[in-house]
Amino acid sequence: MKRHTNHLPGVMTKTEADLHQTFLHQVELMPGGERISRCIQCGTCTGSCPVSYAMDISPRQLIALFRAGEMEQIMRSRTIWICASCYSCTTRCPSGIKITDMIYALKRTAIDKKMESVAPQVVTLAQLYTENLMSYGRLHEGTLIRKYYMKTNKRKFKDLIPLGRKMWKTKRLEPFPKRIKDQKSLARIILKAQEIEMRHMKEKREYAPEYVGYRGLGEFALEARKGE
Amino acid sequence: MIVKYAYYPGCSLEKTQRGYDESVREVFAALDQELVEIDDWNCCGATVYMSVKETVALAVSARNLALAEKMGLTIMAPCSSCFTVLSKTNRIMNSIPEMHRDVNEALAEGGLSYGGKTNVRHPLDVLMNDVGIETILEKQKRNLNGLKIAPYYGCQIVRPDKTFDDRENPVLMDRLFQHCGGEVVYYPVKVRCCGGMLMTTFEDTALKLNKELLGCAQENGADVIVTTCPLCHFNLEAYQDKINDVYGTKFNIPILYFTQLLGIVLGISGEKLGLDAAFIPMGKKVQALTEAHYV
Repeated sequence: MKRHTNHLPGVMTKTEADLHQTFLHQVELMPGGERISRCIQCGTCTGSCPVSYAMDISPRQLIALFRAGEMEQIMRSRTIWICASCYSCTTRCPSGIKITDMIYALKRTAIDKKMESVAPQVVTLAQLYTENLMSYGRLHEGTLIRKYYMKTNKRKFKDLIPLGRKMWKTKRLEPFPKRIKDQKSLARIILKAQEIEMRHMKEKREYAPEYVGYRGLGEFALEARKGE
Repeated sequence: MIVKYAYYPGCSLEKTQRGYDESVREVFAALDQELVEIDDWNCCGATVYMSVKETVALAVSARNLALAEKMGLTIMAPCSSCFTVLSKTNRIMNSIPEMHRDVNEALAEGGLSYGGKTNVRHPLDVLMNDVGIETILEKQKRNLNGLKIAPYYGCQIVRPDKTFDDRENPVLMDRLFQHCGGEVVYYPVKVRCCGGMLMTTFEDTALKLNKELLGCAQENGADVIVTTCPLCHFNLEAYQDKINDVYGTKFNIPILYFTQLLGIVLGISGEKLGLDAAFIPMGKKVQALTEAHYV
């Protein structure tokens, strides 16, 4: 496996410590998130994953790398973007670790830190989805797919024309997006939620390079509670 | 007894998967269950949203829970993704007070608040556990005559948390169609992933997953694949041509929603069940069933 950083094992760089903290914060917000510390490295997650064959780092390795403080390597992996969230690993993990939710947290961390370059199309899709929801309140698949291919792969869009035609023939294509009646109030809800999200992001810990792995997991929760 | 549900169709059922929407409405009406569509519902946020901003995702889906709470009814969500997202939001609202408080702070901007009392259910659960197989058999008009069925549940109605059926080997749909005279084929991939949105972002991987699902059904002699999820349905149906092109296979397997097949059993016409929306012809056996005289 290629190492992306050349520092001492067991000590994180500033970037890694920062990623580590952002990730741990996400983990703490998850119900049962702290179970990540119970991983026994059995590999049931990797064995259960229908797409692990297409990953560069297996789900089991993700946890091993997290323990070793190799956060950058995790962030730059294809793994976190290819997870289709089928929850097979979560269902089967003998230690009850919520691996799918953990991968969600890694995705969010990578997006926050603008490290999504490995699979920019996933982020594009998510952003367009958000846009779609902000303007209409419901997903208009036609608009989403059109904009997605215009941004990521214009040529590919042509390939979809026969499918579009089939959908039109079977009355399954809605040509124009429709807005929900109370779109304005939904938009206000979304803006407020974004504001709250930002507020949480600011509650950050100090740089702690020695907090490799699970160290700091419980401590941060304690600190957060003290602040209330 | 007529039971009312707050119906949450979800975005894909509105138009692209109209067959599911139409058949759910028909089947529920035939079984004396009333569906009241939630007024002005919004998108649940699906899986995509959860991966970007958590509080936002929770607030967006909680708006629907709050609207249903006002109606005082249980939500009935046929789309697996909506079902999972709404249930997950509900669970978080009821287990993490901090999140609940944040979400209510956001909802207040829209003049709403959510107390955590809405129940979220899937039609398969309601039909099998509340309505019950006895009632369905009383209203049965047609026999499936040994139609060979591959029951495909997909991921999100049975996972991540234990909902209404087993997570590794769900059986409700198997039982339903066996009782109605169908033959359920060996289908060990019944809960294996179809790739979901990967069909857009990592197409090669998703095509391979769907090839395996179709291949397993064909090897075991299935006449049809029956699904419970709009995204699984779309991937299996709309990309069969492409899979044939890429892998040199010759799949031509009709994909039906479980409510469409149940609708046929209940004597509802194919047109009312949205069978005309299918890309892949239903084949002789299903065609014969829809035209069959009542038993």
